Amino acid sequence: MPDCFHCGAKCDSKPVIFDSKPFCCNGCKTVYEILNENDLSCYYDFEQAPGAIPEEIKSKYAYLDAEKIVEKLYDFVDEETSVITFYIPHIHCSSCIWVLENLHRLNDAIVSGIVNFPKKEIRITFNNTKISLRQVVELLSSIGYEPYISLEDTAKAKRTVDRTLIYKLGVAGFAFGNIMLLSFPEYFQTNEFWLEHYKPLFRVLIFIMALPVVFYSASEYFISAYKGLKHKILNIDVPIALGVSVLFIRSAIEIIFNFGQGYFDSLTGFVFFLLLGKIFQQQTYSFLSFERDYKSYFPIAVTKINKDQTEHTISIYDIKKGDRLLIRNEELIPVDGILINGNAQIDYSFVTGESLPVSKKSGDKLFAGGKQLAGAIEMEVLQTVSQSYLTQLWSNDIFTKKQTNTIKTLTDSISKRFTIIVLLIAFFAGVFWYFNDASMVANVVTAVLIVACPCALALSAPFALGNMLRIFGKHKLYLKNADVIENLSNVDTVIFDKTGTLTTNKTTIFYEGEALSTDEKQWIRNVLRESNHPLSRMLYGYLETSEKIKVDNFKEIFGKGIQGEVNKNKIKLGSEDFVKGNKSDTLQTAIFININNRYKGKFIFENTYRKNSMAIFQELKEYKLGVLSGDNEGEKEYLKELLPQETILAFNQKPSDKLSYIKQLQESNQNVLMLGDGLNDAGALAQSNVGIAVSENTNVFSPASDGIIDAGSFTWLPDFLKLTKSTLKIIKISFVLSFLYNFIGMFFAVTGNLSPIVAAILMPISSISVVIFVTIATNFVAKRIRFA
Amino acid sequence: MKNLILRNYTYKDMNIVFFMIIVSLFMAIIFFILFLKSVKSGQYDDMYTPSVRILFEDEFVEKKEDKATDVETN
Repeated sequence: MPDCFHCGAKCDSKPVIFDSKPFCCNGCKTVYEILNENDLSCYYDFEQAPGAIPEEIKSKYAYLDAEKIVEKLYDFVDEETSVITFYIPHIHCSSCIWVLENLHRLNDAIVSGIVNFPKKEIRITFNNTKISLRQVVELLSSIGYEPYISLEDTAKAKRTVDRTLIYKLGVAGFAFGNIMLLSFPEYFQTNEFWLEHYKPLFRVLIFIMALPVVFYSASEYFISAYKGLKHKILNIDVPIALGVSVLFIRSAIEIIFNFGQGYFDSLTGFVFFLLLGKIFQQQTYSFLSFERDYKSYFPIAVTKINKDQTEHTISIYDIKKGDRLLIRNEELIPVDGILINGNAQIDYSFVTGESLPVSKKSGDKLFAGGKQLAGAIEMEVLQTVSQSYLTQLWSNDIFTKKQTNTIKTLTDSISKRFTIIVLLIAFFAGVFWYFNDASMVANVVTAVLIVACPCALALSAPFALGNMLRIFGKHKLYLKNADVIENLSNVDTVIFDKTGTLTTNKTTIFYEGEALSTDEKQWIRNVLRESNHPLSRMLYGYLETSEKIKVDNFKEIFGKGIQGEVNKNKIKLGSEDFVKGNKSDTLQTAIFININNRYKGKFIFENTYRKNSMAIFQELKEYKLGVLSGDNEGEKEYLKELLPQETILAFNQKPSDKLSYIKQLQESNQNVLMLGDGLNDAGALAQSNVGIAVSENTNVFSPASDGIIDAGSFTWLPDFLKLTKSTLKIIKISFVLSFLYNFIGMFFAVTGNLSPIVAAILMPISSISVVIFVTIATNFVAKRIRFA
Repeated sequence: MKNLILRNYTYKDMNIVFFMIIVSLFMAIIFFILFLKSVKSGQYDDMYTPSVRILFEDEFVEKKEDKATDVETN
């Protein structure tokens, strides 16, 4: 079987051949045709098979015509030009950039498209008198680049990029470099005749350049130290702020009263290295979002059916109780309601964790968040968006509570002792010199405080964690920030969600019963073709392709099954009581088969467990383990057999149950890591100490969490956990190393020999060697566990 | 002899140092301002796409030339 020229998927036995190239489907062929006609076939030169199969769109984007609803999506609008930014998950290679930036060749009305590849975004400028927003979106979709538009997009505040840290680093770097150059002459040539003459100029320039470093670049350390002291916490910023201010005051006095040249080069270098560490720790994944809630899963608008049977688009927030809504195929049910008519097959996997679609008949209650899978349905609204069953989860305190930094980091707890010890040393050194040589007291005390500047100490954690964050990112575990690594190392309980986390989204089908002949299989397949039920579609895809035979007397009995005649053979497919007449208690999902009034057997649908997911449980034996599932108990026995004995199993868990379950565990002093995938896990993910979302495709929705792990890397979970522990060990070792430097410096300081040149040498050497050590060490441990 | 050498090094001759330092600092500040400007303009917000885009420019020109010659021959 050839690969599709457009999207690279394996083609069926009968690929669509066009232009002597194979395509897996008509969609891909169409995209090729469009691009080819418009001289855009270079698309295929940069990357092999870069495309995506275009989604069926039809009236999906009708709501974009309602200007009122979409006006918030625009970045800019005037009479002629509109500018809008779309998030397009499919952007993944250079071909994508090329074709999207050449959109104006497909349609004259588009002025330009500018892609931001890391963010997977495109900013489109178009002439709104010639083309509508809907047409732009449909054009993008028609070539396989469907934008992801959600309710969240209408709520977004205009994003501003925070670049203050870069400015601060720039100022510090500029000052550091120039001050160092101007300080050098005094280090090497003292009492040189002409140097004496120019010294005042050098010193004034140095002093002026140091001012913005202290008062602008280092400002946040003062603020943080002040906040810490206010809450009676001695965080790492306290000794930093102390060091910076002592350095500055003593150097300023030295220069003003002409005692010496001061330590301005050490001071600026110190601030520069600290900020560098801060930037390094700030690894951001701009294409991921860790803050999503239901809003980024829900659509912006929905079709309302008026009393006079006309349809119009209304914003989700304008839905009122009693409204009638039209939900089309593949659309999301935005609110709780009652099904009025239509064949409802709702996929709730994302909301409740039930793995297979559920059939509903008119009068049944529908819950928000489900996805309709078979044709259009009508529903009547019972609850507004914010009061629906699912969205109520977000009114829980855990989502409204402001994130406070209650977790004490390792660095902070060490710096507390560090600060106290340094102050004691300074005090005793001062007392000692007071009795020996009183003129030396100020000199020695300030020198001790200068040397105590925890530069190496403050750098080791940012660089170790930042580097580990990158290594994790390379292996597709994306963590929100560096603190998560430290929290992960403290975890002692791991809780998994079942559907979508332990299982894949794919379902396996197997047959149980009397063997079926090829003919019989053909008949079944032909009957199935007539049905739109999701299970029928799945089984239809599973059975081998066969010739088309006409089905007579086809009948679909809603919620029960289907029947029909093929070549005079009566076929009956469906639920147990429909096919066999009686109903047993099994919770299995299956299609039962009856041919010519004889029961043959059943096709059973089961979730496929992720490869090695059971091995993970074995590897994580030292942790307390648990599985929380929104699904029924159908697989309880099976799981019991496979998982280690102590594993906690809980089924039929509602989203709020999961949350309170985690809370319970935490109340008994356990540090919980929760792994989940859906909206139903959102509460548990937020409540747990570390919540990681498992995602088949990191580009599409994942609930708010501390990290996102790609499903492919799921089996590495035990290794990731091990690495977090080694990282913390490395940080502790590097602390010892940096204390050593402080100790050496302290020797110079208490003896009164800390000249500016000693400080200027000691400070960079200690910082750089610690940074090199942690970087090499983290890479080494990662490599040892077949990483990096 | 000694006096002669000392005279060679009088600070008046070294006044050029003032000038040089001011000039070098002035240049450094110009580059520093340019750096701040480029950060502010968002030049460093997307570090990847421009590196790919620059390769496309050639691609474009080539295509257009192809077209132009096509028209001529027609």
